[in-house]
Amino acid sequence: MYRVELPRLGTFDAWRNHARTLALGGARAEEVEWTLEGEAPGLFGGAAPPTPRPDAVLNVPKSFPDLARQVCASREPGVFFLLYRLLLRLSSEPRLLSNRADADVQRAEEIAKNIRRDMHKMKAFVRFRKVPGENTGRRQFLSWFEPDHRIEELVAGFFSRRFSDMDWAIVTPEVTTTLRNGVLEQRAIPSAPLSLEDETEELWRTYYANIFNPARLKTKAMQAEMPKKYWKNLPEAALIPGLIADAENRMRQIQESAPTLPPLRAERILHRLPEASAESTPPADSLNALTAQMKGCSLCPLYENATQVVPGAGPEDATLMIVGEQPGDKEDLAGRPFIGPAGQAFDAVAREVGLNRQATYVTNAVKHFKFQPRGKRRIHQSPNTSEVNHCRWWLDREIAQVKPKLLIALGATAALALTGNGKNITRRRGTVEQGTAGIPVFITVHPAFLLRQASDASRDAETARFREDLRTVAAMVSALEADTATSITADGPGQ
Amino acid sequence: MGKMNLQQKLALLSDAAKYDASCASSGTTKRNSADGKGLGSTEGSGICHAYAPDGRCISLLKILMTNFCIYDCAYCVNRVSSNVERARFSVEEVVHLTTEFYRRNYIEGLFLSSGIIRSPDQTMSDMVRIARELRQTHNFRGYIHLKTIPDASPELIEEAGLLADRLSMNIELPTDAGIKTYAPEKNPDEIRRAMSNVRLRKEEAKETSHTGKRAPKFAPAGQSTQLIVGADGADDRTILQSSIRLYSSYKLKRVYYSAFSPIPDSTAKLPLIKPPLAREHRLYQADWLLRFYGFDAAEIAPDAGSGMLDLDIDPKLAWALANRGSFPVDVNTASRDLLLRVPGLGTKSVSRILAARRSGSLGYDDLRRLGALVKKAKPFISTRDWHPGRLTDTANLRARFAPPPEQLQLF
Repeated sequence: MYRVELPRLGTFDAWRNHARTLALGGARAEEVEWTLEGEAPGLFGGAAPPTPRPDAVLNVPKSFPDLARQVCASREPGVFFLLYRLLLRLSSEPRLLSNRADADVQRAEEIAKNIRRDMHKMKAFVRFRKVPGENTGRRQFLSWFEPDHRIEELVAGFFSRRFSDMDWAIVTPEVTTTLRNGVLEQRAIPSAPLSLEDETEELWRTYYANIFNPARLKTKAMQAEMPKKYWKNLPEAALIPGLIADAENRMRQIQESAPTLPPLRAERILHRLPEASAESTPPADSLNALTAQMKGCSLCPLYENATQVVPGAGPEDATLMIVGEQPGDKEDLAGRPFIGPAGQAFDAVAREVGLNRQATYVTNAVKHFKFQPRGKRRIHQSPNTSEVNHCRWWLDREIAQVKPKLLIALGATAALALTGNGKNITRRRGTVEQGTAGIPVFITVHPAFLLRQASDASRDAETARFREDLRTVAAMVSALEADTATSITADGPGQ
Repeated sequence: MGKMNLQQKLALLSDAAKYDASCASSGTTKRNSADGKGLGSTEGSGICHAYAPDGRCISLLKILMTNFCIYDCAYCVNRVSSNVERARFSVEEVVHLTTEFYRRNYIEGLFLSSGIIRSPDQTMSDMVRIARELRQTHNFRGYIHLKTIPDASPELIEEAGLLADRLSMNIELPTDAGIKTYAPEKNPDEIRRAMSNVRLRKEEAKETSHTGKRAPKFAPAGQSTQLIVGADGADDRTILQSSIRLYSSYKLKRVYYSAFSPIPDSTAKLPLIKPPLAREHRLYQADWLLRFYGFDAAEIAPDAGSGMLDLDIDPKLAWALANRGSFPVDVNTASRDLLLRVPGLGTKSVSRILAARRSGSLGYDDLRRLGALVKKAKPFISTRDWHPGRLTDTANLRARFAPPPEQLQLF
């Protein structure tokens, strides 16, 4: 039989040193009697510790020391024995700790869980009281607390990291922890309960009483989290019985008191406020006015889920208008078109062919983002014909305002909106059709189509075809602008 | 009316703040004061320092800067047409309360909200000033949650996000129509746009600049909102659809549900009923299923039916009972996704099952040791030594779980 006495402070470190020696020396779990300093020693004196066998090695999984440190703090009987047995089993069952169905593991985890709860409650329910007197620059606070287990060492770090610019002491029946001038110290000294007071407690009690909602009385829920054993050290706890007793009364009073007339100033204040719903609607004589009108659009149900209308953007006298499908996730959040992944893909190709996006007007066939929420993400959904038709109200007005010489339809939805036909895009791409607005429409794919390609090879091939399309467009735009320039010169400068 | 002292103001302005359910102080960056130059720390999970008799955790000093308000939201105790007494804290008073409470270990930090005074910008800038004072003058490193005024200017929201751990904007009513009726001065479009901006700003802060430097963290504990349950006619399906839209669109950390509870000097427009606490509880359970269990809003509150969650049994059990064809699930072979759908198995016990079954086939008692609620799971699982047989399909299965019907009163 080996007898090991562990100290009150530094318990885990001592246990680890002894356990290592014993395990390496081949001591079985039943051969070790673990006691804590101050406990009555066993009937038999212990044998000298075994000498480690030369071939013995001791490996434990990374999670074991943390588990053991917590279990060592428990006052449950047999915890040191349990830990030692787990340690021995780990050498033949390295994956043991991941098996919560094992009785030893389950027991150790349950004990550790209680320790964590005890630690958590100590962090929560310690109440510092200001110590009046000598003014040394650092303010001084004192606290009395009775934890269930030997957790003082496990929580000391928390308090010293949090309260470092003041001096404090936390006194428990067995250990006194102090922080003085930034130096943390723990001593195992028995103490009797301290009776303390602090005038700030009156303010704290005021807060506690008023943050309580008497309409939601749930005393069981409170006691599950703040058991009565802690109440004696909590300045606010003395109020609890009164608050509970009075709750029903207060509710009755609220219910029975008749509604009052609003104070006089209410009407005066409300009168001054602009009503949120009644935004003034300027006439649609400029692009800005059109954009403002679009804001509250509810022509189709898409507005219900989207963040905002995403109007087109670009110069009012653009030669080229680019029409996409609808705003995506990014566009919906920022309120600007063509800034998400597809917009960036478009920009990259446009730059290569010398198409200046800043000089073009970009917009979408549908102005609200249509999506399906899936967990934390929004999955894009194509707008249907009815939504496209409703939103043509806005697209037609944008076209009428900007009067572009050429339109590009990016993908089926844009083609549908601009030509009335959204079918067979792959066959129609690269061609110019007469749009419903009487303006030529160049048809091509949507840049998102490039991003959807599964292989690098097909993405490269599709990007190349798209580049050719945009090159054609760039050439058309230059020709159109040269035309305009000639006609202006021919007509002479206007008055 | 004489001048109020600090204690009187605190009573009034904490009473006015208690209808906001949020109290979280978790999930922000890790900070501490080990350098001896500041006050406070945040270490991952927050701490509830007290519980009120309403069962709610008290983690933060939750107060209004002022309860003066120019808006007239029907459900709110601080609406302009209410006759409640009004008060306003000075910057110094809020700072004093926060730091003195913090030093005594009463709180994790401050949750500052406010009525709208004069203008949204004026209100927001006063709140930002308090946060700035705490962080910069007093080196306060605890948790700060700032209520954001949606119409405030972007520069103010920017500074708020750099000072605070969490920002929140309360939608309160799940539909735009509800907002129009009960909170006519609020603009739901503006709230959504403001939430978008916070999300975009947060994402921006995560990207490293070309110099490889990290931008300062923006609202590291994210943004949240609150929906009131039972004030307007919105059903649970509408509320959950609203939540899932908010989670997916603006990456909210939390949507809080707050059972509408009678307020002093209430308007005649709203019911003075007992707050629907059971309904609120079921909505929280459903919310968890949406976020951590892979459920879809349409599965939990299907289009067919009343649009309300079952108050007698939890939404996961209700789903399982309505979809018995998917059960029993073999705990020794089923995937995580399937296990997560079993009533009585939570995310933790599912992880433990997946880890433990590598060490050998699991039996019924093993599940109990793993922390599963076996009584609940029993009809829906099979193990090495248990098969529910026809139990899964028995007609009275629901009755095993639902509370017994209340006996009618004789009179």
